[in-house]
Amino acid sequence: MSKIYYSETHEYAKVDGNIAYIGISDYAQHALGNVVYVDMPETGDDVEAGVDFGAVESVKAASDLIAPVSGAIVQINEHLIDNPRLLNEAPLTNWIIKVEMNDPSELENLMDEDAYAEFCAKA
Amino acid sequence: MNREYYGKLIFELSREGRRGFKLPDNGCPTPAAGIPQALLRDNEPELPKVDEPTIVRHYNNMSTNNFGVDTGFYPLGSCTMKYNPKINEEVAALPSFAALHPYQPAETAQGALEAYHTLQRALSEIGGMSEFTLNPFAGAHGELTGLMVIRAYHDSRGDYKRTKVIVPDSAHGTNPASAAVAGLKVVEVKSLPDGTVDVAALREALDDTVAAVMLTNPNTVGIFESRIPEIAQAVHEAGALLYYDGANLNPMLGVARPGDMGFDVMHINLHKTFSTPHGGGGPGSGPVGVRKGLEEFLPNPRVIKRDDGTYALTDSETSLGSISATLGNFAVQLRALSYILSLGREGLKLAGPLATLNANYVKESLRDLYELPIDRVCKHEFVFDGLADKSTGVTTLNVAKRLLDHGYHAPTIYFPLLFHESLMIEPTETESKETLDAFIDVMREIAREAATEPDKVKNAPHHTPVRHPDDTQAALTPMVTYFDLKAAQS
Repeated sequence: MSKIYYSETHEYAKVDGNIAYIGISDYAQHALGNVVYVDMPETGDDVEAGVDFGAVESVKAASDLIAPVSGAIVQINEHLIDNPRLLNEAPLTNWIIKVEMNDPSELENLMDEDAYAEFCAKA
Repeated sequence: MNREYYGKLIFELSREGRRGFKLPDNGCPTPAAGIPQALLRDNEPELPKVDEPTIVRHYNNMSTNNFGVDTGFYPLGSCTMKYNPKINEEVAALPSFAALHPYQPAETAQGALEAYHTLQRALSEIGGMSEFTLNPFAGAHGELTGLMVIRAYHDSRGDYKRTKVIVPDSAHGTNPASAAVAGLKVVEVKSLPDGTVDVAALREALDDTVAAVMLTNPNTVGIFESRIPEIAQAVHEAGALLYYDGANLNPMLGVARPGDMGFDVMHINLHKTFSTPHGGGGPGSGPVGVRKGLEEFLPNPRVIKRDDGTYALTDSETSLGSISATLGNFAVQLRALSYILSLGREGLKLAGPLATLNANYVKESLRDLYELPIDRVCKHEFVFDGLADKSTGVTTLNVAKRLLDHGYHAPTIYFPLLFHESLMIEPTETESKETLDAFIDVMREIAREAATEPDKVKNAPHHTPVRHPDDTQAALTPMVTYFDLKAAQS
């Protein structure tokens, strides 16, 4: 059973064992507006918690994607290349990268669903 | 036959066999003798075939759909869309300047070099810098040049580990972009809630791998950064240089100088502060200034005045190299020089205070209806976070589009990213009180409409030639030429 964690920069990590599916939150897609382009890394690249690994561009703004956890990218969501609007339609299903975590204890620095909802309410 | 017909794309008006000219047969063989077959094109170029009246009507009708500072108020925050005095155009069009060739020998272009040198000196005095180059072609090109100067400086000392540039999160997007192009890594520091630099966070980020810190003052939300001397000291103690982004120089013109505050390198946008046309109206120009000790790193060539009063081009061995094929956008430089000389020392000193007065006047006249997240005296510009009443669902985008119906250029929207509904207004000093009052009335009217008939604002604009382009679709499948359109239709 997977559990979801959120960062203060509005990325999520949906965790299944040692694997984290990373994407943007519903709050983030709403704030961005229609996404028109996703700048994605490549499979095999390393991501580092707190460091940007790509960017999403909407009609309103371009925004860096900040990795919530560190690890190696084992897969990217190629559907987003042709259809970036998937991030608006179902952000939690349409993850951006799949990462094999090298330090799952980093998840402790993230928020759970309730804490994130509270965080967004205050923003 | 109407404006709609002539407003079509020029290719849509094309008819086989039409032409706007007829030349007598010149007797030359076709194709021209001596050109190898491989270099001749196989097909005719795809050019529109149009008669002269159609061409003239097409472009004249198009030109009336344009909006610029010559048509109306243009409060586009962060862009300093001040009026461009027409005398500047006359000076730039003088045949003795306009007919020069960029590569003609320096001894035959002494007047032009004198103008270049005079502007170089004027900008050095205004910026409190030792020396300027006018070669960069635009603001972002100036940023890149400035960072290359900084790299050349560190490299000359054998200090190769300085690979990072610190920028505040409120910086213009060009700052991180320029740093990346210069081969440096960008480190962002967060701003304080009032939009100013978090000096403690900046100190923490400073170490011996930092090449430079880039700042804009007043910053992007129009607030004067009052802790610059403290920041400059910390930056210099860490061995880094302090870069001044001249985007917001206008309110400080002739009042305060980046050089006196401890900045080492700066650029100026002539197309903002010095009233040369911009925003599609003309090319930019981004001169770069340096403090004493950094002159040798400026790009080649530089214009110097010899002891005998003549002007010459020189190269420095330790220069970062060349960043332009010529001495920059010379006609733009002439306009800026004309602006500086026609305003004079005392006139220039009035620009900043009047720009500041205008911005605060608009801010105070609207703050009851629009949310003011940073409640301080601003400089040349300020940011609202959308309408004060958020219950109507009317967004900043809607307000901006409704302004178009009233014949105004929209303010800058959704920038800076510090707020969700940023609406950034910069009136500039060239606007009269009547113009500002009329704009304030319209902004108040839109706020009232948002409360009473929100759909009217949400569906704006109602009176523009194009009403609601699908901006998402335009970004996803851009159709920018007639041939894209034809391909999509077939």
